[in-house]
Amino acid sequence: MVKGLKELLSLRKWFLLLFTFVIVQFLVQINVINDYLQATIATICINIILAVSLNLITGFTGQFSLGHAGFMSIGAYTCAIILLRVPSTGGFLAGLLSGAVLAALVGFLVGLPTLRLRGDYLAIATLGMSEIIRIIFLNLEITNGAAGLSGIPRFTNWFYLFVFMAGTILLISNFLRSSHGRACISVREDEIAAEAMGINATRYKVTAFTIGAFCAGIAGALYAGYFYFLKPSTFGFLKSIDILVIVVLGGMGSLSGSVLAAILLALISTFLQDFPDLRMVLYSLMLIIIMIFRPQGLMGSKELSLKMLTGLGRNLLPSRKGGE
Amino acid sequence: MLEINNINVHFGVIHALKDVSLTVNEGEIVTLLGANGAGKTTTLRTASGLKKPTDGNILLNGKDITQTSAQERVKMGISHVPEGRRVFPAMTVLENLELGAYLRRDRAEINKDLKMVYDRFPILYDRKKQSAGTLSGGEQQMLAIGRALMSRPKILFLDEPSMGLAPLLVQEIFSIIKDINETGTTILLVEQNASMALQIAHRAYVLETGSIVLSGTGSELMQSEDIRKAYLGG
Repeated sequence: MVKGLKELLSLRKWFLLLFTFVIVQFLVQINVINDYLQATIATICINIILAVSLNLITGFTGQFSLGHAGFMSIGAYTCAIILLRVPSTGGFLAGLLSGAVLAALVGFLVGLPTLRLRGDYLAIATLGMSEIIRIIFLNLEITNGAAGLSGIPRFTNWFYLFVFMAGTILLISNFLRSSHGRACISVREDEIAAEAMGINATRYKVTAFTIGAFCAGIAGALYAGYFYFLKPSTFGFLKSIDILVIVVLGGMGSLSGSVLAAILLALISTFLQDFPDLRMVLYSLMLIIIMIFRPQGLMGSKELSLKMLTGLGRNLLPSRKGGE
Repeated sequence: MLEINNINVHFGVIHALKDVSLTVNEGEIVTLLGANGAGKTTTLRTASGLKKPTDGNILLNGKDITQTSAQERVKMGISHVPEGRRVFPAMTVLENLELGAYLRRDRAEINKDLKMVYDRFPILYDRKKQSAGTLSGGEQQMLAIGRALMSRPKILFLDEPSMGLAPLLVQEIFSIIKDINETGTTILLVEQNASMALQIAHRAYVLETGSIVLSGTGSELMQSEDIRKAYLGG
């Protein structure tokens, strides 16, 4: 009985995913979602991938990283360089995959020595790493230095955005539900106690860092395949902060929080396009207000679930039990 | 069962343990006494692999484990209840206990041990869905001990289980420790509460600024003039 219900729920999950995909696809087809909105949707999807993967590192494993833009840029440049030479779907997918793998590799190599550091020291080390990556791209011939790469053919569409976004969320949420994920969370909770339980803290920190970097690489590749143009300054310190803001706003340790926050921030910033002078002021002000009233983030460490929604519904509607 | 031979431990330039040697035989409760900063916790942490000694060696059942990692030692049957309980605060009681069995894969046996822990600490069963951070100090100590038992240890290290607990709870914790020992688990206990520890311990060692200065059976040390003066208040 319970098992049947679980299967049904997971069926419903797939159905919901398919439903979202088809609706947006349809709206794109009949041009309700125009080019501008499509770009917003692309930004949202890419930001969701970035935020969810940073949440794995920072929110769940407790390792404060400011280097996510660095991993993203590796994915973006790798994919762009391959796409410029092989402008085909095959080239795009090959670029995306090699970008993600390369980002993961760098994440692994950087993670091994730096993840011994804690808290603010780790933040500074990862920040330095991401700056080094940016400077390298600024000086390489193949990346065309500060002028950047332009004329990258567009292969990223709603289908790829959706598939990789959903794939990232499923990958990370399944990882967190596995015993490896539990181990990562225990490292965040108390590293010494985790070690005493026989959990190899360094290994799980590096694992989380590598998976996070892999997904950031995917996000970067999708970015390169959508926006035609790449330059190193896009992937500076502020980009890492942007991603961190999404994670903190959504709630450290809540995947659905990251998704919600990415959507919310994109909507706010789209809406604020009408007030160009005050845009950044209002944006910052909203962040401050949200953080004052929800210091734990929109979702805290909870996940959005159907149960929560029905619970909310029950609270809003007059209770039936009371009437009986 | 556990044999520590002449270990030296340094923290930077500080020489924390100087030629410390001690043995724990199977089935015993051995307690390690000493003032703050004497090196009790460091001894335990070195024995469980959380800290590496500069030299000396550690034998478990005759096998040299000095170079093995903390994880390996958990697999070999060492379980460590760290100082200050250190439960995972945002996780539920049940999740904490399950993490105690992290290295085990025998689901059926894990469930048996879970039942054993709940039998020993019924309060943990009542609170299994509650997050560990919301438990009282005594309950957290029980959870920390229960979590350590979930790895099915042959030898259990307890680091100041009485810390910050009300006297009545201290009594309860010590009777539980005695109980665990009687069901076949060897225990190495670090304590500041010397009188309680000596009451249940078979043997004891006294550490002072990184060296062992005294050892003997629990009752011998209870009688010792030095100990009475230094730790038992006259």
